[in-house]
Amino acid sequence: MEIVFSLAVGVLGGSGVWLVLRPRTFQVILGLSLVSYAVNLFIFSMGSLSIDAEPIVRPGVPQDLLHYTDPMPQALVLTAIVIGFALFVFALAVLKRSWEVHGNVETDRITAVAEEPAPDLPAPAGEDKA
Amino acid sequence: MNTLIVSPLLIPLATLVATLLARRSPRAVTALSLAGALALTAAGMALVALAAQGQILATQAGGWAAPYGITLVIDRLSAAMVAITGIIGTATLVFALARDDDPARSRDFHPLVHGLLVGVCGAFITGDVFNLYVWFEVLLVGSFALLVLGGGRRRLSGTVVYVVLNLVATMMFLLAAGMLYGASGSLNMALLAQAFAAGEVPATAHASVVLMLTAFSIKAALFPVFGWLPASYHVAWTPVSALFAGLLTKVGVYALIRIVTLFWPDASAAHEVLLWVACATMLIGVLGAAAQVEVRRILSFHIVSQVGYMILGLALATPLALAGAVFYLIHHIVVKANLFFIGGIAARLTGSERLAAMGGLYARAPWLALLFAIPALSLAGIPPLSGFWAKFVLVKASLDASAWIAAAVALITGIFTLLSMSKIWNEAFLKPHPAGDAGERSAAGMRPAVWAVSALAAMTVAIGLGAGPVMDYAVAAAEQLGAPAGYIAAVTASGGQ
Repeated sequence: MEIVFSLAVGVLGGSGVWLVLRPRTFQVILGLSLVSYAVNLFIFSMGSLSIDAEPIVRPGVPQDLLHYTDPMPQALVLTAIVIGFALFVFALAVLKRSWEVHGNVETDRITAVAEEPAPDLPAPAGEDKA
Repeated sequence: MNTLIVSPLLIPLATLVATLLARRSPRAVTALSLAGALALTAAGMALVALAAQGQILATQAGGWAAPYGITLVIDRLSAAMVAITGIIGTATLVFALARDDDPARSRDFHPLVHGLLVGVCGAFITGDVFNLYVWFEVLLVGSFALLVLGGGRRRLSGTVVYVVLNLVATMMFLLAAGMLYGASGSLNMALLAQAFAAGEVPATAHASVVLMLTAFSIKAALFPVFGWLPASYHVAWTPVSALFAGLLTKVGVYALIRIVTLFWPDASAAHEVLLWVACATMLIGVLGAAAQVEVRRILSFHIVSQVGYMILGLALATPLALAGAVFYLIHHIVVKANLFFIGGIAARLTGSERLAAMGGLYARAPWLALLFAIPALSLAGIPPLSGFWAKFVLVKASLDASAWIAAAVALITGIFTLLSMSKIWNEAFLKPHPAGDAGERSAAGMRPAVWAVSALAAMTVAIGLGAGPVMDYAVAAAEQLGAPAGYIAAVTASGGQ
């Protein structure tokens, strides 16, 4: 089972990294999603990969890691999924707004806007100077 | 006692909720927000007073025993960081009272700042690796929202860079935390420190720590992964820029210091690598600053360069160097935030952030010139300001440790920093405004901004002239950091195993 799992994590992670390096924002965010899937699966696998050993206490079975998978990584993954979800929702909102405001989704062109010279403050209209 | 330990988390959270509930009234929001920041500062000061006596405070969140429960640990470094966070938070909120037409100046600003502050304080006081990840994320999502607050093409562009690159760093940290758990069976920093010291961890655990340090290096903007910082910090609203500049990278530096001193207390190959990274960061940061022509872009590159100094202190692994790093942290947070604030005021008064379009400030506002000179000279390391003592200790520690190249780089960087500061001085203050009298903008409504800047400048002078007590505290903090056994004992005594 380990080899299948490792391959799955590897494929997800590798695809994610490749997508993050692509030139369009949607691909980037999809890539980050895939990387987060890979990382979450990896953390999940830190508890043993086993079948029929879910960490729900059964009467009469000794409560140790020989009989149950480790529930701690599952708790970690739950936290990470929730946090990742919030971050990605925000990232999507930023990218959507960025598409509306910039008019294109090429990451190079979007990030170049911050490199332009700072805009000057609007000229005062009849303000009195202190 | 336990309430005091948890207060750096409770106070900003309570303020966040209060400012959200009071949304209808902007005045109530501002008042609650300021009250919360002042309360956080007071809690930080109380913690510093307690920690200065040498006691490491520790408690288990929710009463759950370690390693399954989360430990909160406050030693001298954490206490100082919480106090400084409160001070900078208060200064930012006071600065934000100044009249400004930026759309970011809204009721949403205040809850978000406290959301950020809770993440920062949480990162400083946690004793659990995964909990550190959680607090990093809290502060990250708060920073996303604050960075883009106000909208506009430029801000969104900077936010895209910031979001993507910080999310990558986050994923790296998460992976490392999971790997560390899998390799060692625990996430509690004290237990891990014990296991590392006893040599009971497999090589995978060391590999995961390397990955974790890489993630922190991205967050702290070290060479070669600092590019996101100068690409994004300068687009935010001025108080937000200053808050980020003062606090965010320093959380990364704190995490680096904590993990390295706990898990790898003795000099090792990692320290060698960190030494070269620190030297490269110092030099490249300041050379990057020399190429910029806008105030906040210059200052952003300086953040990178100055973080290199702190990592230099960590990499040398001697008690004096660590003391220098701690002192540098404290001094730099105040100075950097102050410089960003002053940049904002200067931009308001001259109508532009580009040096070429600024000028005439010395003639028009000599008080601003003085308020700029203090943090600028402190940054460059001119006595008797705080930066001098910080750099002096680090250079002395480098020489004592026979790190000649590091000492040379530190001194050369200081010269270039001075050059950068004089560039800003010449362009923004001394030379006449290119548009003559027509270029002057009104200074109406700037008083809160000036108060914030003056308070921080006074702090810099106070730390500089009264460096003795601060340095003693830093030396004691470095002693605590250099002896993880004290940390472990405090956690064990609090109910951890």
